Amino acid sequence: MTAVAANPGQGRWWRNRAVRRFANHRLALLGFTMISLLTITCFIGPYFLPHDPLYIDLSVRFTPPLVDGYYFGTDPLGRDIAARLLMAGSVSLLVAFSAMLMSIMLGTLVGLIAGYRGGWVGAVLMRTVDGFLAFPSIFLLLALAAALKPTPMMVTIIIAITGWMEVARIVEAEVRSLREREFVQAGRMLGLSGAHIMFREILPNAMGPIIVAATLTVARAILLEAYISFLGYGIQPPLPSWGNMLGGAQQYLASAPWLAIIPGLAITIAVTSFNFVGDGLRDALDVRDDRL
Amino acid sequence: MLRFLLNRITQIVVLLIIVSIIGFFILNLIPGGPLAQYALDPGMTQDDIERLKEQLGLNRPIYVQYLDWAWRLVRGDWGHSFRDGAPVLDVIGGHMFATLLLMGTSTAIAIAVGTWVGIRGATHRYSTFDHVATIGAMIALSIPTFWFGLVGIYIFSLQLGWLPAGNMYTVGEESVLDYLHHLIMPSIVLALVHIAVWSRYMRTATLDVINQDFVKTARAKGLSERRILMKHVVGNALLPMITLAGMQLPSLLTGALVTETVFTWPGMGRLFLDSISYGDYPVVMGLLMFSAILVIFGNLLADIAVAIVDPRIRLS
Repeated sequence: MTAVAANPGQGRWWRNRAVRRFANHRLALLGFTMISLLTITCFIGPYFLPHDPLYIDLSVRFTPPLVDGYYFGTDPLGRDIAARLLMAGSVSLLVAFSAMLMSIMLGTLVGLIAGYRGGWVGAVLMRTVDGFLAFPSIFLLLALAAALKPTPMMVTIIIAITGWMEVARIVEAEVRSLREREFVQAGRMLGLSGAHIMFREILPNAMGPIIVAATLTVARAILLEAYISFLGYGIQPPLPSWGNMLGGAQQYLASAPWLAIIPGLAITIAVTSFNFVGDGLRDALDVRDDRL
Repeated sequence: MLRFLLNRITQIVVLLIIVSIIGFFILNLIPGGPLAQYALDPGMTQDDIERLKEQLGLNRPIYVQYLDWAWRLVRGDWGHSFRDGAPVLDVIGGHMFATLLLMGTSTAIAIAVGTWVGIRGATHRYSTFDHVATIGAMIALSIPTFWFGLVGIYIFSLQLGWLPAGNMYTVGEESVLDYLHHLIMPSIVLALVHIAVWSRYMRTATLDVINQDFVKTARAKGLSERRILMKHVVGNALLPMITLAGMQLPSLLTGALVTETVFTWPGMGRLFLDSISYGDYPVVMGLLMFSAILVIFGNLLADIAVAIVDPRIRLS
């Protein structure tokens, strides 16, 4: 007894149209292609590169790009930037993706309960959302990072903690509008449990906005990881991330600008791609979003 | 208006309480909790720490500790910096001007450019300008602020030598012009993301207004397109932007922290980072709470401003 059954035939038609619309969205396709390429390169590429991302060789430090088989040059410790960039990419993408999963799960759970139960439970939950939103995310992130040990797992959790509120708001609004619909009333009349109605009846109908929010949350998480790692409180060296590769770059800006330019470009390309895909999905899934 | 105000103020009090609970929770996450100050001191034995806990009331139930901490926040007793023992509020106050100057200039730039781009995008919908602005906004939203700053420094300070690479003024030559010269790059860097946001919202808002009946009426009256745009469209489209300005505050503060780091700007963001690396938890906590309170009151101000301009809001 899902919405598909309640509105026969709607599921397949909706899916086809969404796929077609997404495929017609040139920027979204571009973004999707970039993300695929980036992911494949970051996770498989290191096996094809001649240099190890962690191997220190002070005799070749500050090699400019395209010299001696160092495609992107070397860093102040003589490590190959191309190799580091790919390894950093896999770390950053993994952190961002895991943080997104946690944010979406937490946000969806809070939004579902707040929207479905309403009343004082909903009020308390949604005011908590407002409370978290009042903190500028980087202040919250850094205060937490300073208090907790910044292992990759902890960094992921911290980013997730600052990123679930938008999702909760979106889901709550969606659930509130679905709560009184016939298929939900029918479920209630059949004596289905609250959990069943929330997760099996309402949630599938709120998936569109959640998927869009998930895509944009990955973009946000990549940026936030970059911010805190750049500031020295995120992923800790020697493990590279796009953010911490930029960390020491400012002091060498005059002599070795590629240290700063290359990882920054990688971040921008990755985040732009996710934003493009999110935009395409929003059009394809007919999601009205006031954020942008 | 009075009812509207009372309503909003009740909401704000609830919000402040929730924010303070989150803050208190983080304070207790810090290694050593509120006693972190003494954990650094090698002369302190475990017995001393236990005695201090007794003295400071840290053995009391957690809700009593919270109430005590919150009451001291309300009274303005935010503790003392570990570094020089100065009251936290004084330390924050000393760095507030630099941040507000940066944020204010950036917002002015973002509003001016964003409004222009947004209106032009809406009046020339689906034109090349509109497409470029749309894609440009999405890319601008994806550029890490600190990286944009670094690229700016590389081009305009190191290569061209036009603009200073950091600081708020040149020591020994503190004129208004010198301040402005130092302000240009950081405020543009911080404004970039917000130009993108403003232009997108302004485009939507203008499109919403442009199709309303009163615009058709104005056109039917024979007013010139320019007059319709300036008088009827822009004024009404700008209304929701006041709320947006309030909503942008958290991200503006986040951007300010990052920008201040790159440009060694002596504001609250730099203070926050310095305090973290120093382990100066009272200042860290103070800034965390202060930023949230700033955001809450910023939003209240925006709401009041909208209610003053737009009677529909305060009467509903």
